[in-house]
This record gives sequence, structure tokens and C-alpha cells, in this order.
Amino acid sequence: MPRTLVDVPRSQIEHLSILDADGNLDAALEPALTPPDLLRLYRAMVLGRRLDERMVRLQRQGRIGTFAPIKGQEAAQMGSVFALRDTDWMVPSFRETAAMIWRGWSIEKMLFLFSGRLEGGQPEPDQHDLPVCIPVGTQLPHAVGLAYAAQYRGDDSVVMAYCGDGATSEGDFHEALNFAGVWSVPAVFVVQNNQWAISVPLKKQTHSATIAQKALAYGIPGIQVDGNDVLAVYAASREAVERARAGDGPTLIEAVTYRLGVHTTADDPTKYRSEEEVKAWERKDPLTRFTAYLEKRNVAVAGVEADVDAQIAAAVAAFEAAPPPDPLGMFEHAYGAPPAALEAQRAEVAERLREPASPPPAGNDAAPVPMRGQRITRR
Amino acid sequence: MTKLNMVKALNLALQQEMERDADVLVLGEDVGVDGGVFRVTDDLQRQFGSRRVIDSPLAEAAIVGTAVGMSLYGLKPVCEIQFSGFAFQCFHQIENHAARYRQRSQGRFQCQLVVRMPYGGGVRALEHHSESEEQFYAHIPGLKMVIPSGPRTARALLAAAIRDPDPVIFFEAKALYHAAKEEVPDEPEILPLGRARVDREGQHLTLVAYGAMLRVARDAAETLSAEDGVETEIVDLLTISPLDRETLAASVRKTGRALVVHEAPRSFGPGAEIAASIMEGAFLSLEAPVNRVAAYDVPFPGFAREKANVPDVARVVAAARATLAY
Repeated sequence: MPRTLVDVPRSQIEHLSILDADGNLDAALEPALTPPDLLRLYRAMVLGRRLDERMVRLQRQGRIGTFAPIKGQEAAQMGSVFALRDTDWMVPSFRETAAMIWRGWSIEKMLFLFSGRLEGGQPEPDQHDLPVCIPVGTQLPHAVGLAYAAQYRGDDSVVMAYCGDGATSEGDFHEALNFAGVWSVPAVFVVQNNQWAISVPLKKQTHSATIAQKALAYGIPGIQVDGNDVLAVYAASREAVERARAGDGPTLIEAVTYRLGVHTTADDPTKYRSEEEVKAWERKDPLTRFTAYLEKRNVAVAGVEADVDAQIAAAVAAFEAAPPPDPLGMFEHAYGAPPAALEAQRAEVAERLREPASPPPAGNDAAPVPMRGQRITRR
Repeated sequence: MTKLNMVKALNLALQQEMERDADVLVLGEDVGVDGGVFRVTDDLQRQFGSRRVIDSPLAEAAIVGTAVGMSLYGLKPVCEIQFSGFAFQCFHQIENHAARYRQRSQGRFQCQLVVRMPYGGGVRALEHHSESEEQFYAHIPGLKMVIPSGPRTARALLAAAIRDPDPVIFFEAKALYHAAKEEVPDEPEILPLGRARVDREGQHLTLVAYGAMLRVARDAAETLSAEDGVETEIVDLLTISPLDRETLAASVRKTGRALVVHEAPRSFGPGAEIAASIMEGAFLSLEAPVNRVAAYDVPFPGFAREKANVPDVARVVAAARATLAY
């Protein structure tokens, strides 16, 4: 039999850029955002940046635990999440601080989260958001399930799920995209391709020319955007959200960006990447070009930074004034109704907490504790 | 009352729970048109449609992962994993997420879902089709682990699992699917999770068993009664986790001796926790160390050698005699 050719939908992937690093604008593609919208977007991006810097310092001072900074990814996050309604769902990984705060997570909760406190994982009762998900890529099937459920119930909600470039190597990424395509659910997958999965660069992560093209294998639209261009990210996201809401299925968006900071505060990037590379990306900073754009649009941004800093300072103060965690809190919410053995364990801890501080441990010469009745109860 | 085998009994539970609650969905490989490879979901797609009985793509992680998402939205999915040996491909979704979402979200979300899986040997099946892995799930806080022992308990426990607000791993012994039929009430029946059942009363020895091993325990008890004049009490666990420690302790306080039987490998198996629980609850009544008959600590050796590995009546009787003679 001869070799034949099979038609596949496309052999090219669209790349969208509207506002480049030098502030040049493609006015034909410029999304219709009002000055108040632009200001809200800007404020959220500045909040993301300033909080990020503050959290890194808090970690260095030992006031919070390990933190995954977002510096450089503010446009990728805010441009996408801005396209959602409150009734839509947002499914984060663990590097979406700016987007999560936009969605209604308080700064105190984010601080609790990175301080190892369960209180940081509880969304507000009316908030359609999942908490941070740490195992890479495993949140994506949840987004597909949420989207299926929304469709099943007849709600017009859209689900937006985030992951990074490293996650695209995980099986869950592919399974989620495949299920989403087969079920044609209202989901938007946003890959923040920040070039590095800890120390592994994108070229060691995938042999594909783009991440966006992986959508083609699942029969869904894929688009690559300049992830440091908030206008482009927003335009692509709005299009994908509208398509999902109209019942036309899921989309994969690759936002090409860069992690300007460390992977987490436990990481030292000087081991694996050059200063020149970082400097080159600093010139593409999403905030710099957006600030220039706002100036041209006559959107006044004076005072935003001070306002954001005051909000952060108040939240940090509230966080540090919070009472220490109650150890018994670990027993709450393990089950709907705690099993008897768990109640007993809780009582044991409660009892220990009531006791005064225990005396120093006895040495080897301490009297042995007598064993209770060995085989004395013959039946 | 209708006489049903375990497959039909499970099907009845699914059918009635789906009729009762529009939020209950079934998803898995081949569960729709085919009715499942063991026919447990037979005819459900015809009755409830393909949106509620979903023939999913072949991917265990996404079957459970999407079910987690559905449950976060408020639906009550029942997943079928074709064989428990394949569930390691979704183990992370169970351990990392289904078991933890209630705590992670501090009660804002719960994962009211059931993952059904055929488990265990005795059906001359290849590797990954004959293992018993209940210990992995029983060890995970936030999960419940249930194993019925026959048609009636299967039906009542599956209905209870679907209504339970926590994620339930539900193991179905393949060896029991088409074994004995039992009278099953036509009206919905519920057995509470977390409660064991005394299957047979006796005063000399407590035999702890579950799933397909209940039959082995019953046959061993008959032999011990007929040949040794020993009256064995059988505790059918039904729920592995949370363990019904009270029923176990109460039985051993009466008999003074205990033998645990399971198909999972012996070391770190459920028998270890059961033995510890008996010691904690009935130490002063024990006349002999708690004994265990289990599969050996080898990977599944193939069905040609399965009989030497999985507990049978002769091994249980011999172990019981050793415990009684201690």
C-alpha cells in the first residue's frame, strides 16, 4: 500500500502580540478596555509585583515559609484572569498569587498558605476558586470535571486552569486536554511558559516548537501569546472564554513569559541560568510596557504604588497579629464526621495541651515501668 | 426480595441511587454501551443517558481527577476502575486530592465520590488483574475503604458509599461477582460504613475476614466445628477503614484468640493494624498472639501459582489450630 497523507486541521500556530517590549501598539488588535478597567488591571499587576517582593523578604526574615514568586508573570496572570466573571471558576497551581488575589483570596490567606497554615486554603463561601495545588499538573483534570459539572447542571460558567511549562510534561496535562476535547467542556487552559521548571529549561522539557501546538493533538484550539503583553493575553483569553461560554469547547493558551525570580525561595537560579538571560527578559518587563501604554492612554497611575503598599502593610500586620494556630485544628475537616479512633486521637492531643509542660525525660537509671498482667488472665 | 448475584446487586444499587439523586453520575472505561467489563453498569446508559453514564477515554488519572472536579462542583460521581491493579495510575488523584480537599479547603469543598474497583484473585487472570491493594487506601487519612462480602452487603454498602460525604474506595471481589446469589430487598437498603458484622457467633476463636476471604473463613469455621469441636466467631469487616475496633475488641474479649485472614501480602497489611487494634482493645483477654493468614510477601506470582499464595481453608484451619494450641 502507498504512503498517503491525512489532513489535520492546521500546521501552524497563531502567535499574538499587541503591545511589544518597546511599547509599540498594534492598534488594530487593541482590546476595548475602558480606563477604569485598565487602571484595575494595572493595580492588580502592581499589587502582584509589590506583594511578591514583600513575600520574598518575609521569607528571608523567617516570617513565612517557602514561597513561589511570580515576578515577571503579572501580565500572563492578570490578562487571563481578567477575562473571567465572578461566577466562573479559577483553578490555580501554586504560582498565581496575583490572579488569586484578583479572584478574592485575601493577602492574609496567601500569607497563611505560605506559612503552612490550613486557613490559607479556604475560599470564601461564594468564591468559585480552588485552593493552591502543589503536585504539578494534577489540578488540570479537576478543571475538566468542574467544567463538565457546570455543563451538566446547565450553568454558563467557564473554568480557567493554570499550569506552567513543566506541567506540560505530566500525564495529567495530556489526559486533561484529551478529556476536555472529547467532552467539549467550557475550559480554558493557561500555560504560563516561564522558560524554566526549576533548573530545567524549556528545550529539555519538550521537543515541540511551541506548547500551544499540543492542543492540535487533542482537536482543540491552541494559541501562543506574548505573555508579557497584558493586552495580548487578555485578548486571547477573552476570545477563549467567550468560545467556551458559547458551548464551543476548550482552548489551550500558551503565555510566553519569564520567571524573573527564583523558582521558590529555596532555589538558587545562578546555578543554572545566566545573568545576561535574566537581564534580556527584564527589558521585556510586563509592567514597564503597560505603564508606558497607560501614559499614552492618559490613565493616571499616580498613587497606585503607595496605595498597594499600604494594603500589603495592613495585611502583613493583620497576619502577624493573628493568634497562633490551634493544634487541634488538624482534626477539623479530615472527614465529614470524624471516625471514633480519630476522636480518640483528638482527645489525646486536647489532654496533652491541658497538661503543664512535661518534666525533663528520665535517664536510663529511671525505674522501669511495670508491665501490666502478662498472661495472667487464663480463661 | 429477589435472589441476585453480586453483579446484579451492585447494578441495583447504582440504578436506585441514580434514580434517587440526579447528581449521581457513573464514569469509567466501557461502563456505558458495554455495561462494564463485569457488567456491573449494565443497561444504566440506556436508562440514564450518556451524559450520566460516561464512556470515558482510557485514562485512570483523568477518570478520578475529573470526578474530583465534578464532586467539587457538587456532583456525586461513581468511577469504575477496570481492575484495582491499574489504580496506581490514579493513586495520586486519590491520595493527593480526593482524600484531602475537605481539609485543604477547610470544609468549603468535599469530594463525595466513590471509586469502584474489582480486586483480588481466584479468577485465573493475568498480572495486575488479581492483586489485593486495600492496605494502600486504608492507610490514607480522609478516605474510607469498603469491601463487601456478598450480594446483599455489596448493594447496601455501595448505596451507603454513594451517599457518604467522604471519598470511598469500594473494592469488589472478582471471585464473588458470579458466586452465590443472595436474597436482596427490592427497596433501597443501606448499611452504615465503618461497622463490621458478626457473621457467625462462637466462643473459642475470632476469625477476622472480609471480601472473598469471608467464604474461606466460613468454610474453615465449619471444618473446625466438625473436626475439632471448636466454635469460631467470624467478624466480617465490611469497612476496612475506618476500622470497627469496638466489634473486634468485643469479639476477642469473648474468645481470647484471633486470626486475621486477607488476600493482601502479609507484611504491613490490614492484619497488622487489626492485630494492633485487638491488642489495644482486648490485651488482657488474649490467650495467644493474634495470628495472620495472608498472601506471602511476593509480587503476584501468576495464576498458575496463585493457589499456593492466596489463603485457603487448609491454611486457615492450620493457623487456627496453632492459635488454639498456643
